[in-house]
Amino acid sequence: MIKGKKKKIKALVTKVGLDGHDRGAKVVASMLKEAGMEVIYLGMFQMPENIVKAALDEDVDVIGLSYLSGEHLIFTPLIVEEMKKNGLDNVLLVAGGTFPAEDIPTMEEMGIDKVFRAGSLSESFVEYIRDNVKE
Amino acid sequence: MKKNSNIDEMIQQLFAGNRRAASRLITRVENETEDHHEIMKKIYPHTGQAMIVGLTGSGGAGKSTLTDHLIQKFREQGKTVGVIVVDPSSPFSGGALLGDRIRLQRHFLDDGVYIRSLASRGYLGGLSRATYNVIRILEAMGMDIIIVETLGAGQDEIDIIHVANTCILVATPGMGDDIQAMKAGIMEIADIIALNKADLEGANRSLRQLQTALSVASLEEGQWAPRVIPTVSMGSRPEDLKGIDELTSAVLEHQEYLDTSRSIDQVKFERVEEELGLVFKDELQRLIFKGLRGTGKKRKYINSIIEGKNDPYSVVDEILNTYLIRKKKK
Repeated sequence: MIKGKKKKIKALVTKVGLDGHDRGAKVVASMLKEAGMEVIYLGMFQMPENIVKAALDEDVDVIGLSYLSGEHLIFTPLIVEEMKKNGLDNVLLVAGGTFPAEDIPTMEEMGIDKVFRAGSLSESFVEYIRDNVKE
Repeated sequence: MKKNSNIDEMIQQLFAGNRRAASRLITRVENETEDHHEIMKKIYPHTGQAMIVGLTGSGGAGKSTLTDHLIQKFREQGKTVGVIVVDPSSPFSGGALLGDRIRLQRHFLDDGVYIRSLASRGYLGGLSRATYNVIRILEAMGMDIIIVETLGAGQDEIDIIHVANTCILVATPGMGDDIQAMKAGIMEIADIIALNKADLEGANRSLRQLQTALSVASLEEGQWAPRVIPTVSMGSRPEDLKGIDELTSAVLEHQEYLDTSRSIDQVKFERVEEELGLVFKDELQRLIFKGLRGTGKKRKYINSIIEGKNDPYSVVDEILNTYLIRKKKK
């Protein structure tokens, strides 16, 4: 923990690929804001390179991916690889949205720290992020 | 010890243009870590050379989309561009939704562009306290041009004049009559006014009002005459856009004016004067509150003011006298 003023948690919330359903991502971004975090909202149609470059420039503590349209198993490894390539090993990676429950272990194996499905309580992911932000 | 050498290494990497180093140093400065004064001391000699362009105006006027176009134009000229976008922090939760970056995404993969979003963190004036230092860091990183976009500003959030060489006010049609355009404050700080959304109804009327308001301002001979440029920063087709080249040229012309008239010296002087004042104020307040910590005096002072037994001015006099006198004795 850096000494000085209380460190603000910086989060990046984004949709990935061609998935245009951004309502959930907006709700989550607002909830994180209300929990006192500074949230970079990247919106829709982002590719892994864009997301990781933004995370690098903004020095975020956590990246939140929002999935709905069934691309979660395709994009997750690409994002994890891009993060590794850019040395973002201290950044927490979480994902949420609508996808089959049986995919969760695969997503976590691929490198997502924690998966939250649609319907998760805001307390659960806010608390998770607060407790697990690295450094 | 190790921590210090770490910072030195990061600063060396920053001078070499490393964005990861820049982004980590900015976080430290923004969070006012113990070592942030040391960081700034080492960085400061490597700053002061960039051209700093400020954009201000109401929320939704089009600051970010115009910023996007300016980045594009400056990149076409081969310049590297640092971008600082400020959005407000919540007065309740302290959180913030930083949504300006979304408009700048075509530059994400350009290594000649570095974009950083800052939350205002309660700082008034349209910027965040760290903005002054973040500009310095981006200068030390070697950026040719730094664009600073304020949060959505009203009439009096004008701190941008203390940091920018060139101030662009982004206005839109229908924002009030000619009296609004004549008021003091934000209308006066603009070197250039971009009348954005100039394809909307009422744009011609607004243009005339702004031009009239500017024309009655008294100018000294040779002084820069602020100008209004109608722009359209968004459109489904490229040909819908308007005024982007004119806006870019106006920025460069203003820069040239500053250089040839030597007004740039005055701009630099005022920028440092403001910085010095801010550092003094922060440091003095920090020292005083640190001195009061644990003594219970701060609470007593506040309560005595509420109860009407004292007032803030007398308290400050009393504290300053005690502290400054004590300092002298040492």
